[in-house]
Amino acid sequence: MSIDIRRKGGVGESVRRVDGVPKVRGEFEYASDLRRDGMLHGATLRSPHPHARIVSIDIAAAIAAPGVRAVLTHADVPGKKTFGLDVQDQPVLAIDVVRYAGEPVAIVAAEDPELARAALKQIDVNYEVLTPVTDMERALEPNSPSVHPQGNIVRTLQVVHGDPNASADVWVEGSYETGMQDQAPLGPEAGLAVPAADGGVELFIATQWLHADLEQLAPCLGLPAEKVRLHLSGVGGAFGAREDVSMQIHACLLALRTGRPVKMSYGRQESFYGHVHRHPSRVWMRHGARRDGTLVNVQARLLVDGGAYTSTSPAVIGNATTFAAGPYEVANARLEGTAVFTNNPPCGAMRGFGAVQACFAYEAQMDKLAMALGLDPLELRLKNAVKTGSVLPTGQPIIGAAPVRECLLRLQDLPLPAEEPPLDRDPMLLPGGAGNVGHGEALKRGVGVAVGYKNLAYSEGFDDSSEAWVRVSVDREGPMAEVKTAAVDVGQGIDTIVAQIVRTELGIDRVLIRQPDTSIGSAGSSSASRQTMMTGGAVQLACQAVRAEIDAQGGMPELRRPVEATRVFHHRPTGKLDANGQGDPHVSFAFGAARAVVEVDTDLGLVRVVQLAVAQDVGRALNPQSVMGQIEGGSAQGLGLALMEEVALVDGQVKNASFTDYLLPTILDMPPVVCELVEEPEPGLPYGAKGVGEPSTVVVPAAVVAALRHATGRELRRAPVKPDDLVGL
Amino acid sequence: MGAQRAKVADVVVRTRVNGEWREAEVWPGASLLAFLREQLGLFGSKNACEQGECGSCSVWLDGALVCSCLVLAAQANDREVRTVEGLTDAGRLHPVQEAFVEAGAVQCGFCTPGFVVAVADLLEKDASPSPATVREALSGNICRCTGYAKILDAVNLAAARLLERT
Ligand code: FES
Ligand code: FES
Repeated sequence: MSIDIRRKGGVGESVRRVDGVPKVRGEFEYASDLRRDGMLHGATLRSPHPHARIVSIDIAAAIAAPGVRAVLTHADVPGKKTFGLDVQDQPVLAIDVVRYAGEPVAIVAAEDPELARAALKQIDVNYEVLTPVTDMERALEPNSPSVHPQGNIVRTLQVVHGDPNASADVWVEGSYETGMQDQAPLGPEAGLAVPAADGGVELFIATQWLHADLEQLAPCLGLPAEKVRLHLSGVGGAFGAREDVSMQIHACLLALRTGRPVKMSYGRQESFYGHVHRHPSRVWMRHGARRDGTLVNVQARLLVDGGAYTSTSPAVIGNATTFAAGPYEVANARLEGTAVFTNNPPCGAMRGFGAVQACFAYEAQMDKLAMALGLDPLELRLKNAVKTGSVLPTGQPIIGAAPVRECLLRLQDLPLPAEEPPLDRDPMLLPGGAGNVGHGEALKRGVGVAVGYKNLAYSEGFDDSSEAWVRVSVDREGPMAEVKTAAVDVGQGIDTIVAQIVRTELGIDRVLIRQPDTSIGSAGSSSASRQTMMTGGAVQLACQAVRAEIDAQGGMPELRRPVEATRVFHHRPTGKLDANGQGDPHVSFAFGAARAVVEVDTDLGLVRVVQLAVAQDVGRALNPQSVMGQIEGGSAQGLGLALMEEVALVDGQVKNASFTDYLLPTILDMPPVVCELVEEPEPGLPYGAKGVGEPSTVVVPAAVVAALRHATGRELRRAPVKPDDLVGL
Repeated sequence: MGAQRAKVADVVVRTRVNGEWREAEVWPGASLLAFLREQLGLFGSKNACEQGECGSCSVWLDGALVCSCLVLAAQANDREVRTVEGLTDAGRLHPVQEAFVEAGAVQCGFCTPGFVVAVADLLEKDASPSPATVREALSGNICRCTGYAKILDAVNLAAARLLERT
């Protein structure tokens, strides 16, 4: 059977989003827009202390407050008292101890949101304040207070490759830091829980992974899984922030207790406490090379702050450590990674997931090495870049496409943007824009390059499969295909890709995408750049099964009864790492390279990013417009980490939990992004398409800061780079 | 449901919304955004920051572009409000809306109603804005998904289409 991949609306085309029209009309229903007649509103009381013992909680006044229908504490959690993606160590509501400022202690349901919030103030919690650990290095000291009884180490691992004592002609060494970044999806955490007649609950929710939520919810609610039914609501962005449970369990508890629908929707401030963040990191590295630039030894020690609970820290530090040598061939390495508990807010998934922090450090090292060797930074990277067949420090060979050189060469071929004279320029085009009180006298330009990589799908033995159901029927309008999966469109466009795949495989224009829920098998998470390959793969398999059946029945025109099929797509199995970090941990990789051109006003410490260029290994672009949208959006988040975004913590307290104080890149901060799609199909993946969401976020921070170093000659060890780091040259 | 309101009495707000007079009782501290969403069921205007920082809640108040999260519902009494729901003409998409879909300027879409309103406002005032004007006009709208490139494409596309029409 041949596939006409040029079919209208099929794969390879920049098809319009299936949800585009309702979104531009303002009709698309997000979780924060949900309502039901007679619904109550939930609110959460959070700990003001980063570490304290709860001596007592008095809810009497709150229960008696106007409009209040329920006030719950940990004692009211009927089932398992804790939840978590990997390790269930996070209390649904704090039990005896609070471990971070913002930890949920009690929840309220009331007739309207104001009354619910007012009732929170009536809850009297008596805390005995304990000494918090708020520094990740301090957490490792023997006399540090323990966040959990087992100590402060979440996970520690090492990767030992070749002879880690191998000598080199030239060594460079450096220490690097990245701050805590917030995903800041525009849509707040929200959902609506509706009690069901069978004693169960229906939850309408904005999440990244319905089934992972379900797995955590049902035990806490004390209900069998089939009585907890999750339905996807509209998701206003995610970027990792919705990987962990936020208000899901709370809303269900309140609905089950009151027998009424309960809506919970966080405001922006609460959102900063309500989801995990990108791990802050401290990384030391030492790189050794031969005179000719051949990399021979990489030593790395990585430390990330996991905050108060486990969340996805084990996988994040796994990524950071296994990627610490970068996409380079190196015969010898010792890479050590540790994630610690502290009394800071929990950290977990954010776009780039450990690869960002590693790339920031190893690419700074590669520039240092180039400098020490007197080589061009791009040449040094080209010389050492991995390719198909290269063996990574874990011993894992790269079996798929690895067009790292191609990405770098594409950047090399791109002309640099013309230098604009600083004087008589539109003031908006000065660093800092209209806020620049100078006239461009102290402008310095810099160019930086970075290359990096990210694993696709889950690693270290995890089988994150995806299931799809496809049904074809014929009515008066002709054939129609219906598709159902549990895959979440967080904005990345998986629904549109699914429609394209169905059109390509079945030759049917009319495709109906059913709303995801937990009545079908898991699709895995909309994270790790995995949905196009995993759910795309499942849809392709189901379509092929349906197609075979249709052919057996004599073709579409003869079709009398609808034909349907359900299929599950698994990626190739991976394995755990041994004690020396050797194994086959990752499914596949996506590579990317970025070049940043910046201007720095060295009087004011202000930066203008003039241009970003990203060459990305995409396997094959199934929807080029949407691939570029991912690269551009991922670049913006990378620029944010490089220049402005950081959750400011003082003694465990978030000091900037608002969009006034936590700065996000605006349209004035974002330069044009030149996207170069490097298409080398990945064997074994549907249409050869790799995930595209993350590589730009991995490489852009490193490229921007490299450009700033080039412009200023400063070491700039830490991102985000602040104006103070740049002034006074 | 008899939720006894604490102390402050509600006020009655009467506003012409998208050409139609609407009236509802609200808490005196309620924002225009809350009034539109909770009282009138117009959920197109989004709530992402409640501080005037993101533009997701952009509407017109007597023809002027405002962040409806920063305006009290009571301030809209006896005045004219136009929201994203009022942009379509007999169900047909406004050229700015069309351009957003076509240019790929929509991802999660949470910022989209606010952007669409802000761009329509800009192009009503300046039919062929310079790139710097566009950036300046949209600097109060945050999009976390797109990196803004496709939004700029959409603005250019919509401007060209609107010019063609006139
Ligand atoms: S919600 Fe009004 S500006 Fe953000
Ligand atoms: S499309 Fe998601 S915030 Fe703009």
